[in-house]
Amino acid sequence: MYDIKNIRSLFPMLKNKKMQGKNLVFLDNASTTFKPQSVIDAVVNYYSNETSNSHRGDYDLCYNMDVKINDVRNNVANFVKCNPNEVVFTSGDTMSLNTIAYGYGLKFLKPGDEIILTEAEHASNMLPWFKVAKITGAKIVYIELDENLKITVENFKKVISKNTKIVSIAHIGNILGYINPIEEIAAICHSFGAILVLDGAQSVPHIETNFKKWDVDFLTFSGHKMCGPTGIGCLIGKYELLIKMDSFITGGGMNVTFDKNGHVEELLPPAKFEAGTLDLAGISGLNEAINLLTSIGMDEISKHDKELHDYAVKKLENNPNIIIYNKDTDTGILTFNVKGVFPQDEATLLNSKGIAVRSGQHCAKAFTKLCENNATVRMSTYLYTSIEDIDAFVDALINGGDILDAYFA
Amino acid sequence: MPISLDNNMMRQIIMDHYSNPINKHQPKDDGFAKVHMHSDNCIDDLDIFLKVNNDVVVDACFDGVACTISTASTDIMCDLLKGKTKNEALYMIEQYHHMMHEENFDADVLEEAIVFINTSKQAARIRCATIGWNAADNILKEKK
Ligand SMILES: Cc1ncc(COP(=O)(O)O)c(C=O)c1O
Repeated sequence: MYDIKNIRSLFPMLKNKKMQGKNLVFLDNASTTFKPQSVIDAVVNYYSNETSNSHRGDYDLCYNMDVKINDVRNNVANFVKCNPNEVVFTSGDTMSLNTIAYGYGLKFLKPGDEIILTEAEHASNMLPWFKVAKITGAKIVYIELDENLKITVENFKKVISKNTKIVSIAHIGNILGYINPIEEIAAICHSFGAILVLDGAQSVPHIETNFKKWDVDFLTFSGHKMCGPTGIGCLIGKYELLIKMDSFITGGGMNVTFDKNGHVEELLPPAKFEAGTLDLAGISGLNEAINLLTSIGMDEISKHDKELHDYAVKKLENNPNIIIYNKDTDTGILTFNVKGVFPQDEATLLNSKGIAVRSGQHCAKAFTKLCENNATVRMSTYLYTSIEDIDAFVDALINGGDILDAYFA
Repeated sequence: MPISLDNNMMRQIIMDHYSNPINKHQPKDDGFAKVHMHSDNCIDDLDIFLKVNNDVVVDACFDGVACTISTASTDIMCDLLKGKTKNEALYMIEQYHHMMHEENFDADVLEEAIVFINTSKQAARIRCATIGWNAADNILKEKK
């Protein structure tokens, strides 16, 4: 049985926190997530007991840090099913995507080559490609979304061609939360000689990941969306691609030798991509986040998210004032509008009741198909979200009064 | 305008200016200075137009996409700006910002704009309540 009470007890942010004088109900987990005490302790422990740099000294503290980084790399590799030498530590999903765009895209794209995206991508999976396309003369092509705003294999087949070199899409979109058919897309990519970059920011925290089995070429994610610290994330890449591509950030810790004439011999991956001092406290915290997720079980977590989503849909779908855009999503993201109310006003009203949701365009501003002004309210769950959280949210939506109550109540 | 306006009256004033913003339109003649404002955390995407002759704001209007709070606050601001000298206008804008941030302010010059006194309760929306006011401030300071 899913022991929600026990799980919630692990999180300091779930203990008697108030917002606007009301009990805090946090339903913005697609944006970031709370940290369990074990993650916080691991971060503090690095600063209190383990502080040293990595691979830079001959003393025990430093050696222990190297061992730790190695252990965490193994833990990440087990978690997403890749080889440990395919795990690069970065500052987060955005940094990982930039590293691929500039390290791989810039090196290999030629004028006339095509990069396939969707209009539903997060800014972090669009803007780096815009820049790289501009520099290399490559062209951006979009997969057309179907009438339910989903990516379909048929529509993907319509745009892929021998000119396609890179396909970069989110496994789970941050607006509607659909799980995209990644294995089929990967196979089609490879049959055209293209590579597939998978933005896992919303998927790695919520569903089981299998880098090897899915046969994707790159995978990116952030620690902070999976109960880990901010400032740490990963880039997973097939080893032969990591060898082939260029490093993006250069400096200490990523080279074997260099001379004043500019000759640099780089270390092998993953070190090649880890210039500068890593976020060692973050790596320690990420380790504990993975341990928590593993101990609960990714299948259990996805089931929990979906149950909460479906419960909210059931409570809201018959309300004539509420428009839900993704009733059939298999994840914990619910995207909606209240008729005649600006999404920001709805979010302010919910804020006045202690409920945190996100309103707006969710960083996917090119995504104009959804609704007028392209803005919605999004509530998103995670492993510690309770039925009571959803009840409070539903009650506020249905009986919450109007926007000005938030100012004058 | 007395601070003793009760909550219901304040709500009504905001709703009136939101539902029927008489200053929300394109300029009807020439000579307007324009500033475009765009919010990164709200829907607001609007143009503010001021016409200043001999140091006096003779007309003000705005247009674009705007939420309840930004529409009402900008509409009220346009009413209040008309007929003010640049210095009076800048002083009023400054007082409005003080009110937003719960600092001491000169309530007399704010007149109807006092209805936004509770904005700091929803601090994430201060941006909406000031977007038009910041635009006017930019135009007036530019022209100084
Ligand atoms: C789908 C998707 N991609 C990328 C990102 C960017 O992640 P980060 O800000 O952690 O780098 C997010 C975060 O919202 C996201 O949802």
